[in-house]
Amino acid sequence: MTLTRTETVGSAVSAGPTPAGRSARPSRARRRKHLEIALFVGPATIVYVGFVLVPVVLAAVYSLYKWNGFGPLTDFNFPDNYIRALTDPVFVGAIGHNLFIVVLSLVIQGPVAIGLALLLNRRMRGRTLLRVVIFIPYVLSEVIAGLSWKLLLQPDGPFDAFLSAIGLGGMSKLWLADSDVVLWTMFWILTWKYIGFAIILFLAGLQGVPEELSEAAAIDGASWWQIQRHITIPLLGPTIRIWAFLSIIGSLQLFDMIWVVTGGGPAGATATMATYMVQFGFQRNQLGFGSAVAVILFIVSLIFALVYQRFVLRRDLAGSLTQGVG
Amino acid sequence: MNRRSTKRLLAGAAAVGLAVAALSGCSASSGDSGDGKVTLTWWHNGNQDPLKGLWEDVAAEFEEANPNVTVEVTGYQNEDLQKTLIPNALRSNDPPDLFQAWGGGELKDQVAAGYVKDISDDVTDELDAIGPTVSGWQIDGATYALPFSYGIEGFWYNKDLFAQAGITAPPTTLDELNDDVAKLKSAGIVPISVGAGDKWPAAHWWYNFALKDCSPETLTKAQSTHDFSDSCFTTAGEDLETFLETEPFNEGFLATPAQQGAGSSAGLLASGKVAMELMGHWEPGVIGGLTDDKKVPEFLGWFNFPGIEGAAGDPTAALGGGDGFACSQQAPPECVELLKYIMSPDVQKRFGESGAGIPTVADAADSVVDPNLQMVLEGKQNASYVQLWLDTAYGATVGGAMNDGIVNLFAGKGSPKDIVTGMQDAAATE
Repeated sequence: MTLTRTETVGSAVSAGPTPAGRSARPSRARRRKHLEIALFVGPATIVYVGFVLVPVVLAAVYSLYKWNGFGPLTDFNFPDNYIRALTDPVFVGAIGHNLFIVVLSLVIQGPVAIGLALLLNRRMRGRTLLRVVIFIPYVLSEVIAGLSWKLLLQPDGPFDAFLSAIGLGGMSKLWLADSDVVLWTMFWILTWKYIGFAIILFLAGLQGVPEELSEAAAIDGASWWQIQRHITIPLLGPTIRIWAFLSIIGSLQLFDMIWVVTGGGPAGATATMATYMVQFGFQRNQLGFGSAVAVILFIVSLIFALVYQRFVLRRDLAGSLTQGVG
Repeated sequence: MNRRSTKRLLAGAAAVGLAVAALSGCSASSGDSGDGKVTLTWWHNGNQDPLKGLWEDVAAEFEEANPNVTVEVTGYQNEDLQKTLIPNALRSNDPPDLFQAWGGGELKDQVAAGYVKDISDDVTDELDAIGPTVSGWQIDGATYALPFSYGIEGFWYNKDLFAQAGITAPPTTLDELNDDVAKLKSAGIVPISVGAGDKWPAAHWWYNFALKDCSPETLTKAQSTHDFSDSCFTTAGEDLETFLETEPFNEGFLATPAQQGAGSSAGLLASGKVAMELMGHWEPGVIGGLTDDKKVPEFLGWFNFPGIEGAAGDPTAALGGGDGFACSQQAPPECVELLKYIMSPDVQKRFGESGAGIPTVADAADSVVDPNLQMVLEGKQNASYVQLWLDTAYGATVGGAMNDGIVNLFAGKGSPKDIVTGMQDAAATE
């Protein structure tokens, strides 16, 4: 393991504090640098390996066995766990629910958030207050927000009372108990919760759009709409692409809000891949099967992330990844 | 400056090292710390008064009698504790010392993995006092936990609303139950609440139909072999389907929780919004926590799930279960002492008096002063056959599939046959 002239961060860490076996005497400064890198990267690496990499590998191993979590792994049954998951209509339905949330997020949340961000970017009275109000749901804990909605949406609960107070009582539905409605209800709650984050992202992106361009366009006679359509939104592209990436990954791994509000019910109508995994892995004591579900979820997210980075984010990321140091 | 920054780095590294050491030391949270001081952790399902307060008192008394012992007692929501917290704690090899044990297939798995202390020789007096009820917590003749409470399920009903609907006596047959549902509905009263959002309360409906449709022999055999091919299991689903068609339940029951808050099925009964709920013996305790004055309402009555005419099941049979406590394998000996104190006639009597459940120790039986629990006790004494909750009896895997199938039936998806198929399929994956 001789170190080449262009040392990367990774090899410096694996070499440890004293790179042995080198003919050239390393300078004091270089040695100190290695030590610094090891000390700064070390703790994060330990945590990352211990709490991310090792569990991922362990889950992959568990997924090959029939295992209830108690005792040693003995009953190798690959690929039964995977076949069982992919042929279970409930799990296939759960994947469908994840995709439903992915598509609705992109198609509805995105445009709404961009629109609100453009509005909030204009100079007007109470702008700061509006920004804060829209951002509050994102800051609330998932459990608190979820329980609040669960209580609000009870039959004849506060939300229905509100509807009838404004004369829309006829629109009341069994928001959480009707399997045809509940996924839309969950999408509404998720939008309420996360749109503030999207808006903040877009607002930050809008600060990077040079004002000279819109001024020049305005002088040329472009309307506000034309400026947004042809100048601001194209320049917001990198932000939109990053937001879409985060939104899709979040939708694929959706768990906590669903778990708190519906637990995946009624009758699996809001089950997602992650709630399915917890239900079967932990609640039914089939950790091997649950791990197989986790691996499937991981692979789906990983493939998506790689493809998205390769084809969509390529230009945005170009130049942001450094080749090496020193 | 160079030397100083190096020193700082080294100091930082040392701090990180200490933190890692401290974190890894966390797992040794309980047990004897060497100076004779013992800390016992105790997890139970009494997250509401009166049970919560009672166990806190018991822990404090035990600490007082044993100055070297500290008891960390925590009450958790029942299903979280049973399905998530305890299994995870056992798996990660850092279990509480004394923890809730529901008996049946679940305890069997835990014992097979070597997580639970065999207390047979330490509790011989208690075994005599409890009698045959303890069998659900024994495996191959050895005792692994002691039940402090055992009761059966039935309908908790609002006598006032029944009278308002012109119902003079609780139903004893399924036909009478159907008549009463119709009477209640025509009087503008929601007949029954069910917390199907939590799954198991809905599942218990099917259990009771199975109990009254299947003979005790079939049920006993199904429990040990996980063979559900007998047609009575499908009949149970068909009977439930027919019953569901009468729309007896509260609005939005598919998302209704069982015990949390005023909108839960127990809350609806407590506030007089529904006439009855099928629920275990713990119901008065739950309802007592959901009323404004924190008292069990006067209007509460109880009757067993009615028999089905012409069916193979025993009409007096009852579905029941209990709550026990087990000591983990690595728990210090004081754990068994605490368990014995919990099972002492004095504590058992106070448990009976609290109205939170039915004590199992014979000497404490007359301590049940709550008229509702007295009715449950009477129902249990009248039952010729008592079946452990089916999900507990069949274990988490088959039990989970069974409960999902039943909830699907409640939601209008799937058929009575699908419930049995799901159970058979789940049994095949064990």
